[in-house]
Amino acid sequence: MEDHFSSIRFLLISALIVMVGVIITSMVGMGIQEESKGMAKPTLLFLWLFTSTGKLFSFVQFIGFFGPLIGIFLGFDSINRERVSRTLTKLVSQPIYRDSIINAKFLSGVTVIAIVLVAIVLIISGLGIRLIGVVPGAEEVWRLVIYLIISVLYISFWLGISILFSVTFKSTATSALASLAIWIFFSFFVSLGAGFLADAMAPISQSSTGIDPELIIKHEQVQRITSLFSPMTLYGNATNTILDPMRKTTQSLILMGPLERLSLSRFQNPLPLIQSLFIVVPYLISIVAITVLCFGICYLVFMRQEVRTI
Amino acid sequence: MEEQIIIEAEGLTKKYDSQIAVNNLTLRIQQGEVFGFLGPNGAGKTTTLLMFLGLTEPTSGKVRILGFDPTRDPLHVKEKVGFLPENVGFYDDMDARQNLRYVARLNRIPDKISTQRIDHWLETVGLLEEVEKKVGTYSKGMRQRLGIAEALVKEPKLIFLDEPTIGLDPDGTNRMLDLIHSLSREKNMTIFLSSHLLDQVQRICDRVGIMIKGDLVAIGPIEELAKKKLGLDKEHYTLEEIYMKYFKEA
Repeated sequence: MEDHFSSIRFLLISALIVMVGVIITSMVGMGIQEESKGMAKPTLLFLWLFTSTGKLFSFVQFIGFFGPLIGIFLGFDSINRERVSRTLTKLVSQPIYRDSIINAKFLSGVTVIAIVLVAIVLIISGLGIRLIGVVPGAEEVWRLVIYLIISVLYISFWLGISILFSVTFKSTATSALASLAIWIFFSFFVSLGAGFLADAMAPISQSSTGIDPELIIKHEQVQRITSLFSPMTLYGNATNTILDPMRKTTQSLILMGPLERLSLSRFQNPLPLIQSLFIVVPYLISIVAITVLCFGICYLVFMRQEVRTI
Repeated sequence: MEEQIIIEAEGLTKKYDSQIAVNNLTLRIQQGEVFGFLGPNGAGKTTTLLMFLGLTEPTSGKVRILGFDPTRDPLHVKEKVGFLPENVGFYDDMDARQNLRYVARLNRIPDKISTQRIDHWLETVGLLEEVEKKVGTYSKGMRQRLGIAEALVKEPKLIFLDEPTIGLDPDGTNRMLDLIHSLSREKNMTIFLSSHLLDQVQRICDRVGIMIKGDLVAIGPIEELAKKKLGLDKEHYTLEEIYMKYFKEA
């Protein structure tokens, strides 16, 4: 763990995230200040800090997109760097169990992720309180805590992926590139691919006189199910529900004009915390499952490797 | 009191796929002995060491190190055995003390004890003047000496050295050999030394074993092997002559 905190790499990435976080908050915070002038305080205003998109993107979107990079940066050379510098032979010839090496690598990574995320959320909250002058209520704090848990798990999944590659590939460059390739694949191509697949399985022709509503629903379903294969979608859906309790649905299919769309896609009153949790639990379980699966594979591969090849 | 048997191997065999790396190895090594393990590259010396340490599972046969089975009970073996691998690795961004401290902690040696030990062994291997430097700046010889210090920090009963003098200058080699000799004589440590620098092995080893293509073709004190192979009349012999004779026969 000492490794992580003292490395230049880690400093760079956390500085980047803190910076972006602060910039987004100040923009969003000022926006909220303007909008809410002369209005009664809306419910759960504090969470807006994290979810409103401001001029660019919201903090939540930012973490969903760049969070994986933290995981990858922390893990991609964890095992094969020790192999290259031949310290792995030394570690396995000390009186410790071999699995404690890989467990320590993973757990220290998770700890670092948790510390970074908690710190950023606290910084943003502090800034937010100063800017909009609203103190978070108990429910908002709980929602943020759940958000943090989901985020730590999500980034841990990426840590697991990158450790897996560092176990299987001998060269640190290869494992870094492989992890980045997976990241790009999930962030861009799965959603693109979902669109293509949906078009192929349930093509919607705009030229025909009437559009068959069932076809549209099928189209939408295919697209949704496919995109659920991406951890980004899982994470996005889960965090949106938790942090934006006014949101009615995790789907985007609404067949009406913009005004009705707005009124339909949002509740009049926020969803209670417990109800939001119910919606989130399946997503949460999926994220935990893929994280555990990923770490399990890399544990097995590491334990079965011949020392000769180490 | 009868000397304690430290290493006991019986019918030890290791196969990689169809290739036999170590074939039916049987040997016994007693406490305080300096044993030289000779053989050409790829003869199975390192594989044997890895099996002794419990880092590789033997295909068949039995090993006992200090009475423990390294396959079943690797932690007990690793606790009491020091190992200097052929190309020893360190954390290059730490200095010598930090590297040794890390290993000491992995061995659950309290910092109070390890602080003294670390300085003692660093002085013995002659690295105390360079102790502030990062290990990344060390030369090959210095790394080798640091490796010895690292293997000694846990004050093992048995120490495996894989090519310990490679990369050392003549003075460093002499000091290393003297150190190994004194460890065995003064501390009653058992030393298992794998090497192909025959004149050095001849200087310090009580007994040698010669391994060729996975088979242990000879084992015993150097004089005995000389008598057997070179004849009784020969007074001046070198280990190299004996070794070459075995090598040509195999």
